[in-house]
Amino acid sequence: MQKFWNDQVSWGLAGIYLLGAIAVLAVVIVFVTYAIYFERKVIGWMQYRRGPNRTGPLGLLQTVADVAKLLIKEDTIPAKADKALFILAPALAFVPSFLVLAIIPYGLNLQFADLNVGFLYYVALSGITTIAIVIGGWSSNNKYALLGGMRSAAQMISYEVPLVLSVVGIAMMTESLNLRDIVIHQEGYFWHWNFIPQIIGFAVFVVAAISELNRTPFDLPEAESELVAGYHVEYSGFRFAFFMLTEYIYVYAIACLATILFLGGWNPPIPQLDFIPGLLWFALKFAFIVFFLFWIRATLPRLRVDQLMGMAWKVLLPLAIANIFLTALGIEWWG
Amino acid sequence: MIRTEELLLNVGPQHPSTHGVFRIIVKLDGEIIKEATPVMGYLHRGTEKLAEDLNFTQIIPYTDRMDYVSAMTNNYVLVHAVEKMMGLEVPERAEFLRLIVMELQRVASHMVWWGTYLLDIGALSPFLYAFNDRERILQLFNELCGARLTYNYMRVGGVKWDAPEGWIAKVKEFVRSMHDKLAEYDDLASGNEILLSRIKGVGAYDAQTAIDYGLSGANLRSTGVKWDLRKNEPYSLYSRFEFDVPVGRNGDCYDRYLVRMEEMRQSLRILEQALEQFPEGGETMGKVPRVIRPPGGEIYVRIESPRGEIGCYIVSKGKAEPFRLKFRRPSFVNLQILPKLLVGESMTNLVTILGGIDIVLGEVDC
Amino acid sequence: MSEEEKRAGEQEPAIEASQTPPEQARAEAPAAEPAASEEKPASAPAEGEAPVRRKETDEEKAARRKAALEAREAAKAAAALAAAKPSAAAAPSTGTEAAETAEAAPPPPPSPNQPRLDRAVQLLRELVAEDAVEEAAINELNDDLPTLVVKNERWLEAAKLFRSHQELNTNYLRNVSGVDQETHMEVVYHLLSMDSGHVYAVKVRTDRERPSVPSVTPVWQTANWNEREIYDLLGIDFPGHPDLRRIMMPDDWVGHPLRKDYVPLDSEV
Repeated sequence: MQKFWNDQVSWGLAGIYLLGAIAVLAVVIVFVTYAIYFERKVIGWMQYRRGPNRTGPLGLLQTVADVAKLLIKEDTIPAKADKALFILAPALAFVPSFLVLAIIPYGLNLQFADLNVGFLYYVALSGITTIAIVIGGWSSNNKYALLGGMRSAAQMISYEVPLVLSVVGIAMMTESLNLRDIVIHQEGYFWHWNFIPQIIGFAVFVVAAISELNRTPFDLPEAESELVAGYHVEYSGFRFAFFMLTEYIYVYAIACLATILFLGGWNPPIPQLDFIPGLLWFALKFAFIVFFLFWIRATLPRLRVDQLMGMAWKVLLPLAIANIFLTALGIEWWG
Repeated sequence: MIRTEELLLNVGPQHPSTHGVFRIIVKLDGEIIKEATPVMGYLHRGTEKLAEDLNFTQIIPYTDRMDYVSAMTNNYVLVHAVEKMMGLEVPERAEFLRLIVMELQRVASHMVWWGTYLLDIGALSPFLYAFNDRERILQLFNELCGARLTYNYMRVGGVKWDAPEGWIAKVKEFVRSMHDKLAEYDDLASGNEILLSRIKGVGAYDAQTAIDYGLSGANLRSTGVKWDLRKNEPYSLYSRFEFDVPVGRNGDCYDRYLVRMEEMRQSLRILEQALEQFPEGGETMGKVPRVIRPPGGEIYVRIESPRGEIGCYIVSKGKAEPFRLKFRRPSFVNLQILPKLLVGESMTNLVTILGGIDIVLGEVDC
Repeated sequence: MSEEEKRAGEQEPAIEASQTPPEQARAEAPAAEPAASEEKPASAPAEGEAPVRRKETDEEKAARRKAALEAREAAKAAAALAAAKPSAAAAPSTGTEAAETAEAAPPPPPSPNQPRLDRAVQLLRELVAEDAVEEAAINELNDDLPTLVVKNERWLEAAKLFRSHQELNTNYLRNVSGVDQETHMEVVYHLLSMDSGHVYAVKVRTDRERPSVPSVTPVWQTANWNEREIYDLLGIDFPGHPDLRRIMMPDDWVGHPLRKDYVPLDSEV
């Protein structure tokens, strides 16, 4: 894709872009379908259950059936909802989630847009989804949805700060925010990967990322035991499916990002293993992160709102800032 | 001009964390509760009224449906009251069976509580682990009396079914494995940092308040009051067994959690002793008149159910039907303290505190 | 074999019960279940004298009743005797069996709780009012529970005394029950002192037409919802209660279901 970057835009190129986007969409949708399946299976096994096993062989078509059901469901809009915003919110949530995928480098030459400010681009766009969630919660005209939306706004804004700051150390080491450069910088043995020199940053990043994803133990916006379902309580059918899709695309994006920023992207753990394609290494690391997220979900209880906020501002933020200083000192002393 | 407004939020009667059809109207300022008004009665079936037209044997299934998580203790409180009124002797084997099922029921009930409480707090897996163990108890009950939830097992003067062959051995096996399970669950959850931060110091009250509000069971013991009817006013065969009454100190949700966890261990201890001493043969039904007709008079008996003091007040006029039957339902009485505890707490703590009280709506509404 | 013999035999093993073959007694025990008794053919035609409540077991009941009507009182007395510690007070009626039992048993000692009851009565008379206690008795059926009937007008003061007096010190209100006694309404409080383990039952009577009992919610918080429930189901007013609303029935419900004169909406239920 990169080689078309500086060419004149023509119909042919537009077609290629479109095909590329459709390909990514297809990959993402297949991922989401089987991430949900995987999640249900893994959590099922962790809980002495079997997970889905009825629809299709081994239950592999369960998510497909679920999505089909969602798509043919009656589209209900609450009578007192703000119709325009209610309809807008799922789309507004989904679009940025898909846009952030453009900057993910899966391999040395497998990337759609090689931005100099790759990471900032991600953070900027994912913030828009927060707005969409608040809009969805507000426009539903439901108190639970409103509380969920407000929690979501507070939480995502709070956690974006440590999320960004945790990556600053890497930017300092790499001297770039370009995701591709960051991966290239980590070439070599696995102890050259960023998660070892940036262990504090990595910890902060993981916690903040789980929170950004609204997943357990930070799934307060949709805490079903308090707020029933949170901001999407009034949504059904394909609008609800859009919210779900968004959520899983962010899982995909964050897992990719963690792989790239801290786990060396497509680099093998030892250079001798480089006969295995980089894409496979990428996929392995990515799968580990995704599994980790599901694992956490099956293990931990949920935090309380005030504790969540306290953690963002009182624990993660100082840690992230300390990490920046330590990184600076490290660069100063050891180059 | 910015102005704030209080939000009136209707929690329930259909809400995942009210454990049934309970409703609380909360006045929220942001997420802080200013006022909470419980509304109940959605499950009111008029058990006490229905009982006035039924004879005592017919009432037993109704008691199953009050606290449906702990039907055995409910069975017991009724038959115990009638037996006491009529001065009936219960054969030892029957009494042992009753005690064993009651203690198994306590473990099952606490297991349900543990699982659902952690689910309220957001942990998914313990719920399924807990139900897995409870399932084994229900299987044992199923083998014993053919029912999993509403057993209708006890009768005035004894129990309906004798233990089938090999049942006692199965219970022994269960008790053995449950010890390990409890240790595992402690490892999994009890020390979890997030759990501690969620429930430690939340919903605390002191012993005086607890007594004022008539709390019983773990709700009372968590404040440090050593009051367990199995010890303080022994009934059945409890005086024969050795067990401790766990108490807390701070009266918060965490102490209630610990007390209930320890109670399960003590129940297992009682079970071990009871299974050891279980009589070989013997009747399971005492000599009972054909028509159960307690003499005129009144009686109040109380036993320790998993939720606290369950009592049965019978006014009899010498007929086969009670003139008035009133149950003191621990869930109902324990729930009274809820509005007091909720003021000033956040929405999230509502779930924590309500779950910590451990109510069963079938019993609250009766 | 008549019923009273069997009853007495079963309930008081000390008495000769040889007339009852054990097999028969066993066979009859499950018949206490209604389903079993329905299937059994009636041994005698129905007689109208028995108060009829449920048709299915009525025929048998009537037959038995006829045979045993006269002596049943005695049997009950015997049962009561067996239930509590043998006590002469529980055998008010005559009848050969009861008389025998009473003779066989040693002369009943006074209840161990009698001094406590007397003391409570004395305290109430001295510190509340001379007429505060209407009746006082020991309920042998219920482990010698000291039972007092307190005058309605004096109840709130008496409750405060029960709560605060260091000898009584009943800090725990176990249970509050409302009873429609058909001639009057009654509210029964079961009190417990957690320090000494002493228990008392206090009854407060009230008129049936306009029932009203002072609320003790200020004294024991436990009474709050219990009183609301009694108000809801029996219609007893509790002046002084902070929030007397219906609690179980819908707010717009007419009538109080637990009253004996309540007419159900659906007679089938």
